[in-house]
Amino acid sequence: MKQIQLFAPLLALTCAFSAYADEVSVAVAANFTTPMKTIAADFEKDTGHKAILAFGSTGKFYAQIKNGAPFQMLLAADDETPARLEKEGATVAGSRFTYAIGALVLWSAKPGFVDDKGAVLAKGDFEHLALANPKLAPYGAAAMETIAKMGLTDKLQARIVQGENIGQAYQFAATGNAELGFVALSQVMKDGKIGSGSAWIVPAAMHAPIRQDAAILANGKGNAAAEALMKYLRSAKATALIKSYGYTVE
Amino acid sequence: MLTDSDYSAIRLTLELAGLTTALLLVIGTPIAWWLARTRCWWKAPVSAVVTLPLVLPPTVLGFYLLVAMGPNGFLGQFSHALGLGNLPFTFPGLVFASVLYSMPFVVQPLQNAFNAIGDRPLEVAATLRASPLDTFFSVVVPLARPGFITAAILSFAHTVGEFGVVLMIGGNIEGKTRVVSVQIYNHVEAMEYAEAHWLAGGMLAFSFLVLLAVNFFNPQGKRVSP
Repeated sequence: MKQIQLFAPLLALTCAFSAYADEVSVAVAANFTTPMKTIAADFEKDTGHKAILAFGSTGKFYAQIKNGAPFQMLLAADDETPARLEKEGATVAGSRFTYAIGALVLWSAKPGFVDDKGAVLAKGDFEHLALANPKLAPYGAAAMETIAKMGLTDKLQARIVQGENIGQAYQFAATGNAELGFVALSQVMKDGKIGSGSAWIVPAAMHAPIRQDAAILANGKGNAAAEALMKYLRSAKATALIKSYGYTVE
Repeated sequence: MLTDSDYSAIRLTLELAGLTTALLLVIGTPIAWWLARTRCWWKAPVSAVVTLPLVLPPTVLGFYLLVAMGPNGFLGQFSHALGLGNLPFTFPGLVFASVLYSMPFVVQPLQNAFNAIGDRPLEVAATLRASPLDTFFSVVVPLARPGFITAAILSFAHTVGEFGVVLMIGGNIEGKTRVVSVQIYNHVEAMEYAEAHWLAGGMLAFSFLVLLAVNFFNPQGKRVSP
C-alpha cells in the first residue's frame, strides 16, 4: 500500500508529461548528424518531447519540403535555403536563427600528411583532393574559396573529386581514395580534438562564414515540440555540445 | 535547354554504356555458354554470383568497390601492380564497375537463349564434323541472335540508368565520371528544375524506346528476362 502511495504522484507526473509531450520531425543537414543525435537524446530526456531526425543534403530537403514532405523543422547546412523558404512562405516567419557556424578542415587519413599551415596543398604531393560539390554544399563552396585565396585553383582543378555532400567527401578521404579532403571539422572532431589522421583547421578568414540556419516549417506551426527544440538549441547545454564539435555559435 | 555540361554528360554516358556492352558481350558469352551447358555442381554458386548485382542495392556494390579499389583494397593493390593506378574517380574505374553491375543483364538472356537451342543442333553439327568453335559461331550464334540483341540492349540501357554506383565511386568529374543520371541529380539538388526536366524527360523517352525495342525483337515476349 505504501508503495502505491509512493508511486501515485509519479504516475500522475508521467501522465501529465505525456499529455504535454509532442513529436517534431526534423530535417537535419548531413554535417550536423553526430551532434544532433546527442542533442535529440538530451532533448527528449530533458523535455519529454521527441525529435524524429532525418539526415541529408539541404538541397534535397528543399525539394522535399516544397513538395509536401512532413518535416516540421529544418536544420540547414547554409543560411540561403531557410531564407529562401521563408520568402516563399514555407516557414513560420521570424523563427529562423543561426544555430551553428561551421569550420572547414583539410584532412587526411594518413597521420603526419597534413601540416598545420596547409602547405601540403601547394606541394602537390597527392593525386586526389576530395570536397563537397561547391554548387550544392556550403562546405564545398568554402573549400573552393580557400583554394582560390591560396592561388591554387588552376593547379588543383584537375585533382578535385566531388562528393554530393560533405559526408561523401569524408568517405572518399577516409577510404584513402583521395589522399586529402576538405571536410567539416565536426566530422573529424572527437572529444574536442582531431580523432585520427592529420588535419589543418582552415582559418575562418579564408572563406565566407558557413552560417547554418534553423527554421520552423509551415507544417510545424503551433507544434510545441518544434518550439521547444528551437529554444533547446540555444540552451547552454546544447551550445556547449555544438561547440565541442568545432562549430562556433553566436 | 541543354548546356555544354549536359552534352558532355550525355556523350560520356553513351561511351560508358557502349564500351561496357561490348566488353560484356565478350566476357558474358563464355560465362553464359558454360552456365547453359555445364552439369558441374558449382554452376549454382557461379550463377548466384553473376546475378548478385541484380538484387544488391547499388550502395552496397558502390561501397565495396570504393573500399576494394582503394589503395588499401585488394583490387586497388592489383591495379597498382598492373601500373593502372587508382581506379575510383577514373573512366576505366567506371567501366569496371559497370561491367559488374550490368553482368546479369547480359548473362541471363544469353543463357536462356543457349538453353533454348538444346542438344540437337549441336549433335547434328558434330556428325557433320564441325569443330566446337565452328559449331558455336555457325550454329549457336545465329540461333541465339534474339538473345544477343536482348542482352546488348538491356546491358546498354541498364548502364545508361546506372546511378548509385557511379555516385559512390565517380567523384562527379565533368567529362570523366559525371554521367547523365548524376547530372540530373546535381540539377535537382541545385534546384535547377528546368534543366533537370530536359535531361530527365530525355531519359524517360530513351528508356521507353529501349523497352519497346526489346519487345520488338522478342515478339512473343520470350526471353525478355530478366
